[in-house]
Amino acid sequence: MGRFVPLILLAVAVGLYFLLPYNLAFLTRILIMVLLVLSLDLVLGYAGIATLGQAAMYGAGAYAAGLFAIHVWADPLAGLVAGAVAGAILALVSGLVILRAQGLTVIMLTIAVAQICAEIANRARDITGGADGLRGIRMDPVLGLFEFDFVGQVGYWYALIVVAVIFCFLMVLGRSSFGLSLRGIHESPARMGAIGVSVYWRRVAAYTIGGAIAGIAGALTAQITQLVSLETFAFVLSAEALIMLILGGTGRLYGAAIGTFVFMWAHHTAASNDPFNWLFVIGAMVLAVVFLLPKGLISMPAALTQIFKGGRDAGT
Amino acid sequence: MSLLLNIAVDGVAYGMILFMIAVGLSVTMGLMRVVNLAHGGFAMIGGALAHWLLQDLGFGFWLAVPLAVAGTVALALPLERLIYRRIYDFGELQQVLATIGLTFLMIASVNLWQGSSLLSIPLPSALSQPVDLGFRTLPFHRIFVIALGLAVIIGLWWLIDRTRFGIKLRAAVDNRATASSIGIDTGKIYMASFGIGAGLAAIGGIFGAELLPIDAYYPLRYMVLFLIVVAIGGMGSIPGSFAAALGIGLTETAARYLVPDIATIAFFALVIALLALRPQGLMGRA
Repeated sequence: MGRFVPLILLAVAVGLYFLLPYNLAFLTRILIMVLLVLSLDLVLGYAGIATLGQAAMYGAGAYAAGLFAIHVWADPLAGLVAGAVAGAILALVSGLVILRAQGLTVIMLTIAVAQICAEIANRARDITGGADGLRGIRMDPVLGLFEFDFVGQVGYWYALIVVAVIFCFLMVLGRSSFGLSLRGIHESPARMGAIGVSVYWRRVAAYTIGGAIAGIAGALTAQITQLVSLETFAFVLSAEALIMLILGGTGRLYGAAIGTFVFMWAHHTAASNDPFNWLFVIGAMVLAVVFLLPKGLISMPAALTQIFKGGRDAGT
Repeated sequence: MSLLLNIAVDGVAYGMILFMIAVGLSVTMGLMRVVNLAHGGFAMIGGALAHWLLQDLGFGFWLAVPLAVAGTVALALPLERLIYRRIYDFGELQQVLATIGLTFLMIASVNLWQGSSLLSIPLPSALSQPVDLGFRTLPFHRIFVIALGLAVIIGLWWLIDRTRFGIKLRAAVDNRATASSIGIDTGKIYMASFGIGAGLAAIGGIFGAELLPIDAYYPLRYMVLFLIVVAIGGMGSIPGSFAAALGIGLTETAARYLVPDIATIAFFALVIALLALRPQGLMGRA
């Protein structure tokens, strides 16, 4: 069944474009978050690196793409490359240090990296605009043909195609020997080490690729919203990405997509219904996932069939 | 000279506050192996209760503080029973997620109850006036906080090193299964140490409100700071948290006085360097 889920998701994404033509900005934001959560799925769901600092690479990609567009070349695809390179370099450099540690220390270090990035962006006011954000990003048309429009139609298709391409790339990567070795490391680092896999370098590689994808997500935000703020480095962004991933279910790419969609939708609805108390909804939702659906929404069909099949298989 | 003294007094006072808030976190992490991101929430709840008792109900300071601390403990104990006990056996990520959810609920509750503005905790005149030491004057609040911090570490040392409860606690930290098999009620030990940790966090939150102002988003804003104390000190080590909190207090204060422009960057760079060299923390077990 899992084989068709990505196609169904793609169909849903196309359908939403026609169903909600006035909410394209919000739908585009969901797509960009899907990309960030996919990068987290590679790092956390596949390679098993517990991180709460994925926003560092996202923000680095956003600033890199924004600055690239302003000072060098305003072509969107070149901007994506700039974002990917920035995210990858940051992930590689920080990963070399972070991945030597374990457990809580890894979580701490990833948070610290994101905070340092935010502080550097805040201090380098002349380059990044500091707390006012990076303004004045004007993109050229995509491929020289499609100009970014006010309603966000081009932005939506552009983001959707980028997300779909990366999704396919991750599907191939997950089935490759590299992806399988990451799964092995996740299950048992000691055994993978024993059969001759360099656990540390595989993790660094996964963290770097994840950083590049997060950088692309950041670059998309910079190009489509034409603004980069310090919020791109925020701890809350990393935490929410983690919530979305666990909500959907780790280790399955479509879980990341489903979790992001459900979370962003609930967040949006709760925040617009009650701008003051929506955190109650989010907090309760997070706790409910942890206690009721620890494997995420993608485990729901299996859990439901178990119930409907009756007591015979229950408890197995 | 006067600058150095300022840094020393402010830094040590700040370190004491960090220690009081973070020590409970360190003990629960070492004891129950739970990554508790919601711990700063107890400092906030203590502060919010103190603010409410002082400003809205007009209680006196020395009555409001013990009541606020008791109130925080009274909230923390059922939480331990209802939520934390269930997540002890979960994986690290599930714990992170559950405690983030709990943090959100705490923020939302305080936001609903007291609003999102700053919750001031006015000090009594005895604490806010300066004291003359002969060669210079210091705010009495700082001296009081330092004395309080010292009292807390001595009290904790006595509790853990000299009482029956301490013996059981150490046994449970070393090996939970063995401890419970020789008849120690580890569930009760967990609950008691969780309550003590929450109470100390509330004390730290109230007396530290001048340095770390209380508002609804307090637990998220300072979460990283408290976690850094635990990570550097080593999980479960009380002397470790004390050393780490003092070191962090002095370093951050010194950085703010001497290199204000890059204080945050310098601080986090030091933290990363230290954790890269000693991933298990100063006094943690490898």
